[in-house]
Amino acid sequence: MEKHFVPKADKEYTKADFQSDQMVKWCPGCGDHAILAALLATFPKTGYKKENVCMVSGIGCSSRIPYYVDTYGFHSIHGRACAIATGVKLANPALSVWVNMGDGDSMAIGGNHLIHAVRRNQDLNITIFNNEIYGLTKGQYSPTTKFGQVTKTSPYGTIDYPFNPGELVMGAQGTFFARTLDCVPNLSTDCMTRAAKHDGCSVVEVLQNCVIFNDKTHAAITDRAVRDDRTIVLEHGKPMLFGKNKEKGLRFNGRQLEVVTLGENGVTIDDIMVHDETTEDTGIHMMLAHMGGDLPVALGVIRNVKKVSYTQLYEEQMDEQMANGKYKCMDDLLNSGDTWEV
Amino acid sequence: MSQNQIVNKEDLVVRFAGDSGDGMQLSGTLFSDASALTGNDIATFPDYPAEIRAPHNTIAGVSGYQVHVGNHIYSSGDKCDILVAMNPAAFKSQLKWAKKGATVIVDIDTFTDEAMEKAGYTENPFTDELERAYTIIKAPITSFTEKIGDAKGVDKKTADKSRNMFALGIIFYATHKTLDQTFAYLERKFAKKPAVVDLNKAVLTEGYEYADKLEVMHSHIFEVAKADQMEHGRYRNITGNVATAWGLLAASEKSGRRLFLGSYPITPATDVMVELAKHKSLGARVFQAEDEIAGICSAIGASYAGALACTSTSGPGLSLKSEALGLAVMTELPLVVVDVQRGGPSTGLPTKTEQSDLDQALYGRNGEAPLVVVAASSSANCFYWAFNAAKIALEHMTPVILLTDGYLGNGSQLFKIPSMKDMPEIKPRLAKENDPNYRPFRRDEEKFAREWALPGMAGLSHRVGGLEKCPDGPLSTDPENHALMTKNRQEKVNRVANYIPDQVVSGNPDADLLVVGWGGTSGALTLAVEEMNNEGKKVAYTHFNYICPLPKNTGDILRKYKKIVVCELNNGQFCGYLRTQFPECPMTQYNKVMGLPFEVGELKAEFNRLLENK
Repeated sequence: MEKHFVPKADKEYTKADFQSDQMVKWCPGCGDHAILAALLATFPKTGYKKENVCMVSGIGCSSRIPYYVDTYGFHSIHGRACAIATGVKLANPALSVWVNMGDGDSMAIGGNHLIHAVRRNQDLNITIFNNEIYGLTKGQYSPTTKFGQVTKTSPYGTIDYPFNPGELVMGAQGTFFARTLDCVPNLSTDCMTRAAKHDGCSVVEVLQNCVIFNDKTHAAITDRAVRDDRTIVLEHGKPMLFGKNKEKGLRFNGRQLEVVTLGENGVTIDDIMVHDETTEDTGIHMMLAHMGGDLPVALGVIRNVKKVSYTQLYEEQMDEQMANGKYKCMDDLLNSGDTWEV
Repeated sequence: MSQNQIVNKEDLVVRFAGDSGDGMQLSGTLFSDASALTGNDIATFPDYPAEIRAPHNTIAGVSGYQVHVGNHIYSSGDKCDILVAMNPAAFKSQLKWAKKGATVIVDIDTFTDEAMEKAGYTENPFTDELERAYTIIKAPITSFTEKIGDAKGVDKKTADKSRNMFALGIIFYATHKTLDQTFAYLERKFAKKPAVVDLNKAVLTEGYEYADKLEVMHSHIFEVAKADQMEHGRYRNITGNVATAWGLLAASEKSGRRLFLGSYPITPATDVMVELAKHKSLGARVFQAEDEIAGICSAIGASYAGALACTSTSGPGLSLKSEALGLAVMTELPLVVVDVQRGGPSTGLPTKTEQSDLDQALYGRNGEAPLVVVAASSSANCFYWAFNAAKIALEHMTPVILLTDGYLGNGSQLFKIPSMKDMPEIKPRLAKENDPNYRPFRRDEEKFAREWALPGMAGLSHRVGGLEKCPDGPLSTDPENHALMTKNRQEKVNRVANYIPDQVVSGNPDADLLVVGWGGTSGALTLAVEEMNNEGKKVAYTHFNYICPLPKNTGDILRKYKKIVVCELNNGQFCGYLRTQFPECPMTQYNKVMGLPFEVGELKAEFNRLLENK
């Protein structure tokens, strides 16, 4: 699937074409560096004209990203990136519009704009850098901080139940959701490239490490020693296998998902669920996005559904009215209806 | 009607009042349209409750619509010559708006014990004293209307919806007008429902004939003077909110920039969005956002991408937009914010008018955040001020707040239709593709405005945002740079004053007393000053539309007068603003915070008091 409206470049770009001359000011070891690298590798793969790329961000560490990408960019205000990006895209549908936000930016102060952008299926590429903490303000809990975690503003542990961004997207009838890890740039680039080509609203959640205020928050799944067993990379049309030797898989037992091992208790490859990212019903995608705990955390493109985008519907209405509407110019409108000569 | 005694009048005020849902707004509109079409100047003022359908027959549910017709009409008029009251609650609450001796038409069928009790009457309201003070016509409107409905096989409930037509028929008789215009309107409006047309026409006619049969009416027929000094041209009736929407559309056509409106519904501004949403064929891109913040933020995004971007709102919505307005100031993007002011603070009086958002418009942002503020002063000139606001925004690269108010927005007036070829040019400050010298905050010498480079243009990619930048574009926290950029942003707004006309003084310029007004109060102020000068008093008058920056000769005018009175529908916000800039000029203030427009009578009383107070 390719986007409507956004023109392709007549030349091939390299990563260097998108690198800006600004000094990158994130902390050494911050996951954002890897996400930036993945993003820079994404642009040449999408092939959209460089001057038609527009990065919009809110406020937070992650929101500095427009300065580090040599495209048009808008570093806006806290929480409002989706709303600003919506206006950018509506004013000029030929733009490939990216929205970069952190977990606080996108789901606390900007939660309303996020769910509505997703609900409308406005053609935006949203990337959420989820480090489960407020980094730029130095360590307060966010809407994704683990329940009970001690932070500067929760000295006795949080009593806030966290959001799962994937479930939020499904709940808002989102058409594209992918999850990746900052430490696996190839997977990130792959998710971002597919998101960029999705003709509608895409959300990519990147589990990102804040080395200063929430170090190792994702370590239980990202550490090399456990990653293969604690995560599963979903691929459309392929059985849901994971583990070092792909010996484990996911089976739907009629009520819920469960982990099974190939060859044990008579389990064969035919028992393993095959990933279908395109089913319109959000049920199974919601279950996959929800996984964690005893189940591996789902990575890759979890949901990718075809649904006419807000952008396309908007342009169709505009075209129809421009072609067939009653008034062709202001003089027509000014002189319409009851008028009289004095 | 040859034996009728016709009373000639320069102007006439008719007020329609009934339950919300009684069709009073429609009756008023039909009367004003018919008057305009037959050569009267007009102004209207809807006075309606916040509740859509408050409990039937209660005072809370009374909806009013005042129409002022005649020769020179500046405002919707103080008190009415004819009051239509469709139920006891309307009669009780609206009689205070009737002149002594006014003709009052009531639907007597609605004066049941129950309805009178609901309206708060404990005894018969039609006392001898009242009957002497007014000409009260007790018309059996409901029963007549239902009888016609019955004859046409229409049930009572449906027939009752046409009661307003009966009242309107009486009014047409009383104002010596024919029914043709309204027949034509009904035929057009309900083209697909011939039964509705038939019923309404029959009821309208019955009302007219009922009036003809009333002896008392024959000495109460008013012939209202036609407008004799109107400029030649083609006219239409227009409300302020529609005029605002059209002004923005006109600016879009003139500037060649796509019109974008990002808004959230809010009384009394919603009709700006409702109107623009109809005009996709003219390129209007309307986005109904999830909240006020998204409304302005989407507009700022659209502006970054090259649209003539606007957001429309009212007081509480402007509060929500404050932070984003600061972003528009910082990014120096063109943006028009329309604030149709209402009674505040908080939810306040949503359907009533006030001028109390001025301070918020001027100062309501964090940091040093100057922007341009202009105000419309009549329903019709909302068109020109919206156009003008867009022109300033696009040519000076700045957000502009356009203040109108509920009175202007919902009220209507005659509008001389302009030709687009006569409207001024608008030249947006677009950068040139691949300009190697493009810098985001490079300014031109004269306006001090930056250039607008749009995503999609080759070779101009750059970043904007809320953080302080240096003139070349990159971020800067350098103290000297911040001081410079702060100064530049202010200077850019100040220089708008070089492009606006001088402030003018009307009335008697040699007077001792200068009346100062701004925004939506010009109708009542103009008339008050005109009447006083006609009565031999000396009063000068100046009315502001450019609020920030002020016209350059403002100080020269203010310094000429011994007495200055600043009149506004708030507690003195514009007066305070003028005092800070012209501390040498002593000013008194005249304020009203009742959710209502000024009345000519109260203004004249105040001006007379000031003149006598030597």
